[in-house]
This record gives sequence, C-alpha cells and structure tokens, in this order.
Amino acid sequence: MTAIARDLAPARPRPGARQRLAAWVDRWGLAVYTVAAVAYLLMPIAVMIAFSFNEQVGKFNYQWHAFSLAAWLNPFGRPGMESAIITSLQIAFISTLVATALGTLIAVSLTRYQFPGRSATNLFIFLPMATPEIVMGASLLTLFVNTAQAPFDAIIPKGLLFPLGFNTILIAHIMFNISYVVVTVKARMAGFDRRLEEAAMDLGANEWTTFWRVTFPLIFPGILAAALLAFSLSIDDFVVTNFTSGLTNTFPIWVWGSIRNSLPVQINVVGTMIFGAAVLLVLGSTLLQRRGH
Amino acid sequence: MNRTRHSMRRMLAPYVLLAPGLLWLIVFFVLPTIQMFLYSVSTGSVDFGYRLTWSFDAFTIIPKQFSRQFANSLIYGTLATIITFLISYPLAYFIAFRGGRYKNLVLFLVIAPFFTSFLIRTISWQIILGNNGPVIGLMHAVDIFRAVPENFTFMGEPVAVVSGLVYNFLPFMTLPLYVALERIDIRLIEAAQDLYAGPWRPRGWLYGAVGGAILGGFIGFGIDWDIPIFALVGAVLGTIILGVFVSESFLRVTFPLSLPGVFAGSLLTFIPALGDYVNATLLGSPKTQMIGNVIQARFLESNDYPIASALSIVLMVGIIVAVMLYARMLGTEDLSGGAML
Repeated sequence: MTAIARDLAPARPRPGARQRLAAWVDRWGLAVYTVAAVAYLLMPIAVMIAFSFNEQVGKFNYQWHAFSLAAWLNPFGRPGMESAIITSLQIAFISTLVATALGTLIAVSLTRYQFPGRSATNLFIFLPMATPEIVMGASLLTLFVNTAQAPFDAIIPKGLLFPLGFNTILIAHIMFNISYVVVTVKARMAGFDRRLEEAAMDLGANEWTTFWRVTFPLIFPGILAAALLAFSLSIDDFVVTNFTSGLTNTFPIWVWGSIRNSLPVQINVVGTMIFGAAVLLVLGSTLLQRRGH
Repeated sequence: MNRTRHSMRRMLAPYVLLAPGLLWLIVFFVLPTIQMFLYSVSTGSVDFGYRLTWSFDAFTIIPKQFSRQFANSLIYGTLATIITFLISYPLAYFIAFRGGRYKNLVLFLVIAPFFTSFLIRTISWQIILGNNGPVIGLMHAVDIFRAVPENFTFMGEPVAVVSGLVYNFLPFMTLPLYVALERIDIRLIEAAQDLYAGPWRPRGWLYGAVGGAILGGFIGFGIDWDIPIFALVGAVLGTIILGVFVSESFLRVTFPLSLPGVFAGSLLTFIPALGDYVNATLLGSPKTQMIGNVIQARFLESNDYPIASALSIVLMVGIIVAVMLYARMLGTEDLSGGAML
C-alpha cells in the first residue's frame, strides 16, 4: 500500500500492540499450547514404552541402562504375573458382560418410560460415580467381612463372599461399572426416534420383535461404547480391587505388590501391550462406526 | 380384560427392567455403606469380632490424630483441581473452537493416558521426576548460576504428589469442559461482539494481577514452596492473561456458558483426588500422607475397622458438603451435571 492510498483509505483505528498480540496468540498461541499440553499428556506413555526396552540391571527399572529386547521376548516371565493377567482378563470380560446387560436395561427403562421414581433413580445411578473409589472399596470390604460373622455365616455359603477373592472382585467391578454403562447408553438413546418403534408395532411386530429388530440395532453403538468403557475401567481398576481382592492378584494388584521389592521391565512391556491393544480397539470401533454411517 | 392386562404390563415394564441392576446396586453399594457406618460405631478387633456398641469414640479421635492427613488431602485435592482447570481450559477451548480437522485427533490424544494403567503412569512419573530423571537433569544443566541446590529433589515432596494428581485426573477435567464449550452456540459470542463487547475487559489486568497473586500464593503455600515468588509469578501471568488474551465476550458469554462443564470437571477431579492414595504412596513420603493412605493402611494392614470406617464416613460426608457448597457457589442446580457425558 502506498502512502497516498493509505491516506485515502477510510480512517480505521490501527490495531494496538496489545490487540495484535492477542490476535497472534489466538492464531498461534493456542495451537502451540495445545501441542505442549498433548506432549505433557503423552510423556509418561513415551517413558513407559521406552523403558520397556530397557535392560534389566538390578531390581528396579528406574534408570536407563541399555537397549534390550529381553523383556519383550519373555513378557510374562515373572512369578505370578501370567495368572494375574489371566485373572484381570477374566474379571474384565465377565464384569463387562454382566454390567452392560444390567446397565442397558436400566438405561432403556429410564429413557423409554415415564414412571414414579424415575428422577430418584437417575440420581441414585449417579451416586456410585460421585463416591470416591476408596470409600466404595472399603465399604464393600466391611460387607464381605461381615458375611463371615453370625448370623450371616449360617445363610451365606463360605467361599462365596468370604474369604475375599475372584468372586468379590467381580461383584465390585460389576457394581461400579453399572452406572457408567447406564450413563453411556442413555446418552446414546437421548436422540432416539420413538416413531421408528411405533412404526414397527403398527406393521404388526410385537414388543419382543420390535426390540430386537429395531431398538437394539439402533442403540447398539451406545452399548458397544459402554462395554468398551466398562472393560477398560475394570482391567485398570486398582483402588476398589485393592480392598476386595484378598490374596487374589489382578495385574494392577500384582504390580502394586511387586513395587516394594522390585520393578521388573516386564511391567512396562505388559503396560505397552495393553496400551497398544486399547488404541487398536478404539481405532477399530471408530472406523467401524464411521463405515456404519 | 386383555386391555387392563396390557396396561398393567406397561406400568410394570420399567420396574422390571430396572430391577436386576438396581438390586445389584442396593446390595453392593447401599448395604456396604450402611455396614461401614455400623462398623464405625462398633468396638472390638478382627480376632474377637466387632460388637455394635454405638460408641462414637472413633469419630472423636479423628480431629486429634488425623487432622494433618485430612488437611493434606484437602490442600492437594484443591490444588490439583485448580491446576487441572488452568491447564485444561485453553486445551478444551482449542479443541472446541479451533480444532478444525484435528479435533478428533486431539480428543483421542487427551484420553490416550486412559489406555495405560493408572499405576504404570504413576511409575513413569517416578522416573520423570526422580533424582536421576530428565527434569532434574535439565534443571541442573540450565542452572549456570548454581541456584538449584545439589540435593534438590521432587520425590517425597508435596509438589510431586500434586503433579501426579494433576496428571492422572487431567482428562476428567478436559473432557467435560470440552463438551460444555462445544455446546455453546457460536452466534451468542458473535452477538456479544456485535454489541460492543471489547477485545478485553476494562481493568481486566488488575483483576488478573490480584487473582493471579492469590492463586499463585495458594499454590506456593500448598506445595510448601516460596509463597511470595509464586504469588509474584501468578500476578504477572494473571496480568498478561486477563489483560491481553481474555476478551470481554469470553468473560461475559463464553465462560458463564461453560460453567456446567467447570462444575462437572471439578467434581470428577476433586472427588477422586481427595480419596487418592496411589500418588501419595508412589511419589510422596510420610509427610505427604493423605487421608486415603490412612484408610488403606487401617483397613488392610492393621485391620482397625472402626477408625478406618469412621475416616471413610468423614471423607464421604466432607465431599457431599463440599459438593453442595460448590453447587450453590456456581449456581448449578442440576447436581447430575448436564455436561457429565
């Protein structure tokens, strides 16, 4: 722009330094900040992966020594580790199945029917998510321990709820997963068009057929998302499991138990595997849903 | 006849669907809470059994013996909530308004930490903040004036515990903030600008300076470092942020509309942070013990159920009171948090 042209242009206040700085920040600062924040979020993951290739020197994998594939070639080669991982997977699978079924039923009930007690139920479902895990775990512990005392010991078979173990972990995981399933499925059902069901009924389908042929396929993505969430919450749970596991080890409990005496590289290997599997699962389900649209 | 049976069925249907799940929650969530309360007013030991004596001794011991751990929990939990909020807000803002085609990618990266185990993430922080770790190494490398003491350490200090809490609960803050910001009708912001909302709030820098100083001072106090330095840094940052970056339309439109997200995010961060004992165990030391450490040790190591139960109940009641006060402060009526998911 020449000097004359500038003079002829309508008088427009020149943006001040403060304004230009703000505009620059809006354009670039936020993006730079986001990159930094994401780097911060990913840093421990990068450390975990890097240290899974560390050479085991001494008992603790806290310091970098040398690149080694030893732990990857023998990923479960620590006493008790393999059975702990298997237990974790079993509990995650069963608790996901049960909690997804129970939670979906509640979500269907809460979104499709108006009935006395509905808002109270909504609030009640929210409570377990608002309770600190430590309180949930501790209170379950007191319940389970109490079943071994009179008069409950006469009614409840020994080994079902006490001594603590597989059953009690499973019960606890189903319990805390139900609320998350309800909330996730409900969110998906909120945009649900009831007229589709009515159309099916008008065309002669009974309630059962309508549910399986119309309702279920429509809410299935929500159920799948809920199941994925439940699985990941269960397999990673430490606090509630710590209170309800007794002598049974899940993978997080095994890590916690070993941390005082040793920190084998294998922990990072398994952590990296879980991370990889979770990323693949989420990417896979995203692609699947995208194709569905 | 057929008609009444049909309507009966419709009336009962919701309860039949609810029954199995609700029953599970009643037996394994409500009953345990009652049982824990009963233990807190019982006396006895694990070997001889507990007898319900309605003795409130366990509760009267708490203020004398455990106020330090409760204070630690409250301070670290509050700090973690404030810091996650400060870190998350610009991040959520970027994803909601400036994300463009990177929106889903950044969201995915924000929840990526959840794909690894909570314990292993914290172990990674042990490495990062450790005495041989990169952060201390970098500090000594940059420190040409030798201002950092040779034996400077993060581990075992409050700052390490708070860092762990901040990191582990950050996505719980970012996601609800993002959801709330995403819901805002952008035309409202444009309308505010059309109605002469300025590029920044008048005297904003002054509010920023004062607020930043208070916040910085509190952070310095909470992690037991130099309070004046933190207050000064907070004041400078506050002046810059509110004086330059934060526009009037943001303060008067965007931020108030995002309050449900602030509420949900704070609860999702504050509640688990308050009861946490993993970070305090792995990154802290005896002096940074939180109430969760005591509850865990009393329940699982010394089997002192009455006191452990009483501590858990005090924690729970404290959280309920804090949530209600906070809800009133923000004016959020709907406790279930509109932006929860």
